[in-house]
Amino acid sequence: MKCIEAVNDFVIKFANVNGSGSASANELFAKAIMRMGVPVAPRNIFPSNIQGLPTWYEARVCEKGYSGRRGGVDMMVAMNPQTWDADLAEIEPGGYLFYDSTRPLPASKLRSDVQVIGVPLTEITNATYTDPRQRQLFKNIIYVGALSVLLDVDAAVFEKLFAEQYKGKERLLDSNVKALHLGRDYVREHLGGRLGIRVEKRDNVGDQVFIDGNSAVGLGMVYGGATVAAWYPITPSTSVAEAFQKYCDKFRVDAATGRQNYAIVQAEDELASIGMVVGAGWNGARAFTATSGPGISLMTEFIGLAYFAEIPVTIVDVQRGGPSTGMPTRTQQSDLFAAGYASHGDTKHVLLFPQDPHECFVHAAAALDLADRLQTPVFVMTDLDIGMNQRLCKPFAWDDSKQYDRGKVMTAEELEAGKDFGRYKDVDGDGIPWRTLPGTHATKGSYFTRGTTRDPYARYSERGPDYIYNMERLRRKFKTAANLVPQPEVRAAQQKTKFGVIYFGSTTPAMHEALEVLEEGGIHLDAMRLCAFPFPDSVPKFIAAHDKVFVVEQNCDAQMRAMLVNELEINPAQLVKVLHYDGTPITARYITRAIRDTLQPAAADSQKEAA
Amino acid sequence: MTWIAKPKLHHPTLTKNKVGYTRRDYEGRISTLCAGCGHDSISAAIIQACWELDIQPHRVAKLSGIGCSSKTPDYFLGASHGFNTVHGRMPSVLTGANLANRDLLYLGVSGDGDSASIGLGQFANAMRRGVRMAYIVENNGVYGLTKGQFSATADRGSKSKKGVVNSDSPVDLVGLALQLGATYVARSFSGDKEQLVPLIKGAMEHGGAAFIDVISPCVTFNNHSGSTKSYDYVREHNDAVSRIDFITSKSEITTAYAPGEVVEVQQHDGSKLRLRKLHQDYDPTDRLAAMTYMHKQQARGEIVTGLLYVDPLATDLHTALNTSDNALNTLNAVQLCPGSKALEKINAALR
Repeated sequence: MKCIEAVNDFVIKFANVNGSGSASANELFAKAIMRMGVPVAPRNIFPSNIQGLPTWYEARVCEKGYSGRRGGVDMMVAMNPQTWDADLAEIEPGGYLFYDSTRPLPASKLRSDVQVIGVPLTEITNATYTDPRQRQLFKNIIYVGALSVLLDVDAAVFEKLFAEQYKGKERLLDSNVKALHLGRDYVREHLGGRLGIRVEKRDNVGDQVFIDGNSAVGLGMVYGGATVAAWYPITPSTSVAEAFQKYCDKFRVDAATGRQNYAIVQAEDELASIGMVVGAGWNGARAFTATSGPGISLMTEFIGLAYFAEIPVTIVDVQRGGPSTGMPTRTQQSDLFAAGYASHGDTKHVLLFPQDPHECFVHAAAALDLADRLQTPVFVMTDLDIGMNQRLCKPFAWDDSKQYDRGKVMTAEELEAGKDFGRYKDVDGDGIPWRTLPGTHATKGSYFTRGTTRDPYARYSERGPDYIYNMERLRRKFKTAANLVPQPEVRAAQQKTKFGVIYFGSTTPAMHEALEVLEEGGIHLDAMRLCAFPFPDSVPKFIAAHDKVFVVEQNCDAQMRAMLVNELEINPAQLVKVLHYDGTPITARYITRAIRDTLQPAAADSQKEAA
Repeated sequence: MTWIAKPKLHHPTLTKNKVGYTRRDYEGRISTLCAGCGHDSISAAIIQACWELDIQPHRVAKLSGIGCSSKTPDYFLGASHGFNTVHGRMPSVLTGANLANRDLLYLGVSGDGDSASIGLGQFANAMRRGVRMAYIVENNGVYGLTKGQFSATADRGSKSKKGVVNSDSPVDLVGLALQLGATYVARSFSGDKEQLVPLIKGAMEHGGAAFIDVISPCVTFNNHSGSTKSYDYVREHNDAVSRIDFITSKSEITTAYAPGEVVEVQQHDGSKLRLRKLHQDYDPTDRLAAMTYMHKQQARGEIVTGLLYVDPLATDLHTALNTSDNALNTLNAVQLCPGSKALEKINAALR
């Protein structure tokens, strides 16, 4: 049997039971490798459950820094008997299986084409600890210790991590170090050292930070000046509100008075959450809510009101698998229609597509500016893959000279000076009207906000021409939005090509890896990463410059492709679907195969015959 | 309704209040409701209350949901910002607006369909949170704009204009408000201005969630015999527990009552509610007693009106959240953004 040989380039997957404390041990493992200067991209695959169901942690170790999922598993740490068969089957031929060998397994339960590494974890734990909780928790640390020898990760790195984590809690520090060495010693004494896959020190992590997208959104909202947040718990967005709360506790409490420069309300449902955000936005505070697909469904009537009454609103949609309750703990990009066209009547909304936690921070702050500038709902469209997984990304940066863009708000002085105020009048030609905040002036600038038709001076009107004036202005405003949102990024192929690819959001890292792999195989594509909707003119230009453009996305109905066809009147035949929607994050291998099979059908056929 | 525009000119002799406004300055557009609609009387009571309280109209934000009642904020306080939101969701929008700027006065206007049917959840939760506002339900037990269907406050056995008898139990908003923690709970009748105006004044000055259920007969769809929300029915069954006078912290106490009849309740801002008790044993500061009394009278077919309950030292959602005294919508980047140095520290902790 030929075992997989790889230095700093492998996928290791941990199969655990949720609620067993494995998550922190697995994170410790990933962090240790990063401390050795080797990038790791971990992903939690977890159930909608509190305790007892299968959960996985897939860590991609990759010195090149690819942070997307690669596809395939080189080593399985099989700690969950419930999923044993499926976990075993997932290992690449020549890969490695690590398991708890306390109870001997018959050969029929193992595979002959993978290297099997058994460590009697339960036996070691039971011999060392008597408390059941300790047995459970330290078993995890023991397997991390065992793996550290097998994969050649320095013990010193772990010891330093423990020292940071348990600063001032020496008893916990000592017991963790002890557990780590129990695992290390066993492997050294009984198994004789490292495997074909291993870690070597590098300096490829640099100054990157390791954080999840939801925390980054929460931080971005603090930096962007949000003062009101209303939310309702829903996976996978809950930790956005929790992060906002955490950073507000730290940065937004007045040192002199102890009072809060923010207000967070856990509302009774998503309708109330968005209602509060609409009320706060109307009244001039920067406000946001965070939710997922089912929450967006509930919010749609209010989103339509905010669109039509032109109220700044920021909505974070951490997408999960739908429809209905769907796959609450799995990832998708399947709310594009739901968010982009939310509500009855003719509505369109601004969507931002961050690619990683760094951009979650940037887009959160940008969304607050855009919402104020455009006086409309702005969505930050993340997903579970970016939102709930920690990712290595560029460190956060902030320009201290930056002022918030509060948009067109008429002041008491301007009103006093006799400036004409027509709440829904296009005076600047960009479709964006001026607004006043309640309480601004004693006699001037008050108006009545409503979801019904009105004339440019906000007076109730059911006249057709008034309605049309308003709708045309809203269309004009949406065009203005296309130039204000983050612009697409183009990555040109190494040589001239008639093929292009469009992608966005969490697909980005896997896409970038796929592009390099395809390039090595002689397939060249120009690539455009969409950062927002509406699409600026550069998007149709990019499409027109190519015969075929792949649209890679993580949903079943090719929603982004449909939006491109719909909004830009592109011939559908020109846009080739690449869809991934099984709930797991898209992989580089999946994209590579899909594009290669389309562009080199002969090669694909011969491969099939050979198989 | 009328199409005759109100003249903009004021009579020069109209009395001005302390902030220099005449009563006419508190008016809004011409009402488009049916002639004789109880809601117009409530609008008039709101105008009177705000004028008497010397509130500058632009310091009030008036919010409503959808329905006949929710149209009325257009008909009073024309110099205030108004917001006609979506059906049943005024409470959440008002909550958000209140969080954004604690310095304004918030007036929520809703109807029985808006608050007791589609919006019952939002009504309940706004009361629970103690959002500082005067929440007025203009209660006629019927859907007017869609032509006469029962709402959730229609009494069981009540007959619609078409002769249909309602078989569902009514939602009792006053009972709910009491139970859910509202700190100022009153019921009144649109036809009783003398009682309604001081109740609105007390609510506007209250420090927490103030709720007034105002029975307001629908002249078009719910003012016939067999209805329990008609002018005649309400007049016959009205059991007023108190008459109140509202005295601001600034004004002298001039009204004289015989001792023993009057309870004086001082609110947190120094303003006083002077209650003339119509029932000797009625204590408006006892929530439990208020609930018991109301339910007892209800069982006898009486409609209890007046100030039913008040917690004079009520606090609100801002107190619970410990928010800054400065309105959140006035804070700028210097106050809100932690800056690049703090961000470098965060970055360092994430490596």
